Amino acid sequence: MSDNTLPPSPPTRPQVKARKVRVSLVWLVPIVAALIGLSMVVHDFLNVGPKVVVSFLTAEGLEAKKTQVKYKNVVIGIVTDIELSDDRTHVLASIDLNQSAVPFTRADTQYWVVRPRIGAHGVTGVDTLLSGAFIGADAGSSEETKKDFTGLETPPAVTFGEKGKRFILHTDDLGSLDIGSPVYFRRIQVGQVVAYELAKDGKGVDVEIFVGAPNDQYVLTDSRFWNASGVDVTLGASGLKVSTQSMASILSGGIAFREPKYSPDAKIADGNAEFKLFEDQATALAPPDGEPKYIRMRFNQSLRGLVVNAPVDFLGVNIGRVVSVDLDYDAATGTFPGIVGAVIYPQRLGAANDKLQQQAGAGDDEEKTSRVLGQFIERGLRAQVRTGNLLTGQLYVAMDFDPKAPKVSYNAKARPLEIPTVPGSFDKLQEQLQAFVDKLGKIPLDDLAKNLNGSLIELQKTMKQVNSDVLPQMRGALQQAQKTLGTANETLSDDSPARQQLGQAMEEVQRTARSVRVLTDFLSRHPESLIRGRSGDAAPGSYKGSSSSREIAPEPAQ
Amino acid sequence: MNGIPYAREYKVTLCHVCSYVCPEDAHECPRCDSPVHRRKPNSLTRTWAFLIAGLIFYIPANLLPVMYTTMLGSSSENTIMSGVIEFAEGGSWDIAILIFIASVVVPCIKFLVLGLMLVTCQRRSTWAMRERSRLYRFIELIGYWSMLDVLVVALVAALVQFRGLSTIEPRLGILFFGLVVVMTMLAAMTFDPRLIWDAEVEDVR
Repeated sequence: MSDNTLPPSPPTRPQVKARKVRVSLVWLVPIVAALIGLSMVVHDFLNVGPKVVVSFLTAEGLEAKKTQVKYKNVVIGIVTDIELSDDRTHVLASIDLNQSAVPFTRADTQYWVVRPRIGAHGVTGVDTLLSGAFIGADAGSSEETKKDFTGLETPPAVTFGEKGKRFILHTDDLGSLDIGSPVYFRRIQVGQVVAYELAKDGKGVDVEIFVGAPNDQYVLTDSRFWNASGVDVTLGASGLKVSTQSMASILSGGIAFREPKYSPDAKIADGNAEFKLFEDQATALAPPDGEPKYIRMRFNQSLRGLVVNAPVDFLGVNIGRVVSVDLDYDAATGTFPGIVGAVIYPQRLGAANDKLQQQAGAGDDEEKTSRVLGQFIERGLRAQVRTGNLLTGQLYVAMDFDPKAPKVSYNAKARPLEIPTVPGSFDKLQEQLQAFVDKLGKIPLDDLAKNLNGSLIELQKTMKQVNSDVLPQMRGALQQAQKTLGTANETLSDDSPARQQLGQAMEEVQRTARSVRVLTDFLSRHPESLIRGRSGDAAPGSYKGSSSSREIAPEPAQ
Repeated sequence: MNGIPYAREYKVTLCHVCSYVCPEDAHECPRCDSPVHRRKPNSLTRTWAFLIAGLIFYIPANLLPVMYTTMLGSSSENTIMSGVIEFAEGGSWDIAILIFIASVVVPCIKFLVLGLMLVTCQRRSTWAMRERSRLYRFIELIGYWSMLDVLVVALVAALVQFRGLSTIEPRLGILFFGLVVVMTMLAAMTFDPRLIWDAEVEDVR
């Protein structure tokens, strides 16, 4: 026996622990596993949120089981399946929402695909360039819920719950506006365009804008909205005009609003109030035009340069604009008169219009206007096409009183109202110039030239005669005159006898004059001496040499 | 009975740990003090239990995502099969097949083989005992390799952590997959291959 033979078995067997429970504890392992699995199933089951189906025009960027649904960048669901609709016009994305995303089944919930977008007002969704598109969601407020939604093609401009007001603007056309276009108040962006659609009758566009709080209080009941889209370049009779709102609006369009300068009792506008969207700031802020009146004018002249929208002036006030320029044929004269249609806004005359309305008396509006116009035409109201801008040749229609205008008959019943015309001022000037040129042409320039030529020949002959006959004689006469002058010169020289005799004669005359003076002095003192002769003492004063002739002594009484 | 006699005919049994020949009624190995059993105790029951637990864990391991990848903002969660399909669609057939074998084929083979062992042993079937025993060795061999998936995810998740650029995170599925592997290995361990041959003898026990 080796060492490894079994030792004798111990007499007492060790106590064998008898298990009371026959089930092995190892079964706990699969039970725990099953419990874990079960708990996960229950957890998943409890966490299963609502399922919705959203239809999009295209599944671009969407991927089943990958594309997430996010609200405020929190994942609230995942796209589980993408399939075509039955009519293959759009795609249906099935979305499993989280349990917490129950509000996103409300009937007015919005879904849209967030893709990178580059617009004038910034770049959005850059992160989706790398991560791929995701579906954005915005829960609504509706009480009802639904399962089928129509996805938006562009992200909504305003998220749900943002404070502010929505307004409806009516306009003729959309211009360059788009969803997200800014709304400016005093050039500060206060809102944006959130939707637009054609008017029910197709004759215009309804633009819905959103103005966020607190700026929505600046939208008043008489606020004026205008299209601040892009650069507004107008080349009209008043010249070149460029106006814009901001760089962003140049690119993407925009709307601006403002209250008119005079708005006495404006209140804060209610939400969903409706406004008119004007074309530009000037027309928006202008006082309201009131009812337009249509008038028609016939011009017997070329209307080159008169375009639609050209202004119509009344005494310098712009009261309307041209709406049509057509040609007519006058069979009687064989001419083509131009027919110009225009709208005028009598309210633009302001106070004058009110007075005229009172003066016009009873009758409906059309009749009153017609009557007033009739009076004006009687007093010489005439339409005239004038040049507004010499550089561009733009024309405008001016209405002025011309007392000298020939009388015309006015048909008060004609519709539209017809306003007689006179040729334009430029045409008048042209006519006068033409007449002047015609008269100039009638002058007999040829005859005049011939006569002048004859006269000149005659003159030449005379001059020749003068040269040959008169000039030699003239020379002799001049020599003779020279001789005579020399003789005279000799006679008058200082040492000539004649001169000496003249000096003596002059001295004699001097002496004579002195004696005459003495005589006159004496006589004035003694006038009686003429009769009585000279008394003894009555010698001439000069001989005494005493007093002057003026010192007359009183005559002694004798 | 011809040939070599069975151990129990000599009323001896072999220590599992040090292979010391112990008396049949010994409870501890006289040499290494480890418990001594003629067969692994409760082998069939335990193997069944681990196998069932493994099967249960295998369901979430396949349904739940195992890996979360963020690459430049695009994030995705992959289950084992979706990863395989993604690789296959991307043209990497080799990698797809490797992952498929490591994470789908191997566990499935293990489940099938162990199930087969258990059923045949319980029915004391004498069918293809040599092949079954070879199969068992094969199971034990490939058992380690089923951890490949877990290791890949653990490695990648630890290495790829470029915040913002790309991140890989493990997800719950890989935990279950690891549990599946552990359970199948335990099942393979608790199974006593000598039970296969017990069917040769009429009076076991």
